[in-house]
Amino acid sequence: MNLLIIGIAAALVNNVVLSQFLGLCPFLGVSKKINTAAGMGGAVIGVITVASAICSLIYDFILTPFELTYLNTIVFIVVIASLVQFVEMFLKKCMPPLYEALGVYLPLITTNCAVLGVALTNVQNSYNFIEAVVCGLGTAIGFMIAIVILAGIRERIEDNDVPESFKGMPIVLLTAGLMSIAFFGFSGIL
Amino acid sequence: MMGIVWAAIIVGGVGLILGLFLGVMGKKFAVEVDQKEIDIRAELPGNNCGGCGYAGCDALAKAIAAGQADCGACPVGGAPAAAKIASIMGAEAGETVRMTAFVKCSGDCEKAKENYVYSGVEECSVMPFVPNGGAKTCTYGCLGYGSCVKACPFDAIHVINGVAVVDKKKCKACGKCVAACPRQLIELIPYKSKFAVSCSSKDKGKDVMQACSVGCIGCMLCTKQCAFDAIKVENNIAHIDQTKCTGCGKCAEKCPKKIIIKQKDKLEQSASYK
Repeated sequence: MNLLIIGIAAALVNNVVLSQFLGLCPFLGVSKKINTAAGMGGAVIGVITVASAICSLIYDFILTPFELTYLNTIVFIVVIASLVQFVEMFLKKCMPPLYEALGVYLPLITTNCAVLGVALTNVQNSYNFIEAVVCGLGTAIGFMIAIVILAGIRERIEDNDVPESFKGMPIVLLTAGLMSIAFFGFSGIL
Repeated sequence: MMGIVWAAIIVGGVGLILGLFLGVMGKKFAVEVDQKEIDIRAELPGNNCGGCGYAGCDALAKAIAAGQADCGACPVGGAPAAAKIASIMGAEAGETVRMTAFVKCSGDCEKAKENYVYSGVEECSVMPFVPNGGAKTCTYGCLGYGSCVKACPFDAIHVINGVAVVDKKKCKACGKCVAACPRQLIELIPYKSKFAVSCSSKDKGKDVMQACSVGCIGCMLCTKQCAFDAIKVENNIAHIDQTKCTGCGKCAEKCPKKIIIKQKDKLEQSASYK
């Protein structure tokens, strides 16, 4: 039950993009088409889940015994960066179309603060290994939900007559803001 | 003190393990790249100008290796690159004609009349919003604010005295300036072309005379001179079909406005300004 609450809280209530404002760069950058948005979401799910698992292990079994917890940020960044490298190699080998569709945004997961954000949140809330993985998975799913919904809305926006001064990014940012307000409604379910 | 050493060791160790992991995985997940593709890429110039129509040199190399693009698809590398690429691909290179950009206007500050003095944003793309599309009376000619200069990756086009002039030796015919010119004044012609009409005005003769001293008035004298059917006047503007032109120069002799310019002259002219 506790795990379920952590997962739902991470995915909906504390949605990483819409209520914590982390990972906005890929959220706005790769949300033009639903397909690539879903691909990006998938890649982020993989990276965040594995990253939070490895970061949790490293924190519990390396940093804590040696009393080096103050180094968590720098170690986590190293882990995340190499993990993204690995995901990039994996996609290039196994899913070339997705690799090409994601393009420059794949390396950008490295600097996606959502990944680091989750790892640090796990530490802050002193989650154990399983809780950390569930929290990471929930957060990543929350990211995917947000980016796919935004991509769907943006595809519709293309067909609409947007006022001149709102064309392009402004209307997207407004949409994201409205989505954020809508997601605020989830705060009551816990 | 020991704490710092331990911290360095631990962080270094984590980095080392991750590095080894990445190295091993890099070998395991290595994507086999076609050796041809690498070789072709090495022969391409690497400017990533996009003149071939692909996203860059890498994309073109991939397309050539896959047989989707022609060996001579790179306009910058020209014939030498095409020959090398063809030998990599094991095919004969078709002859590629070296092209060069040519600005179809010669109405510089003295020759083209101006309606008013313009002092605003110096940008070709802004001109459609300015009265009469810019200060020059002629609505077809070079605006002289250098969109083409900014577009050129090879420093081969410059605005000299209010008109863009191509430095033929530097021009690689990538076509960036052709796309950048809001008035569609720039054309790619064969490098060896002897003559070209340096005006684009579609106005009637009288209007052209009032606007510019070096404008095509559509008098048809050149058409009558040409024995090869290579120069035609359409929409009040003469145009040379470079595939038919033999470079005899009769049209240039007769042209009352002297706007059928011998290409070498144009080069010297640009040199003398510098």
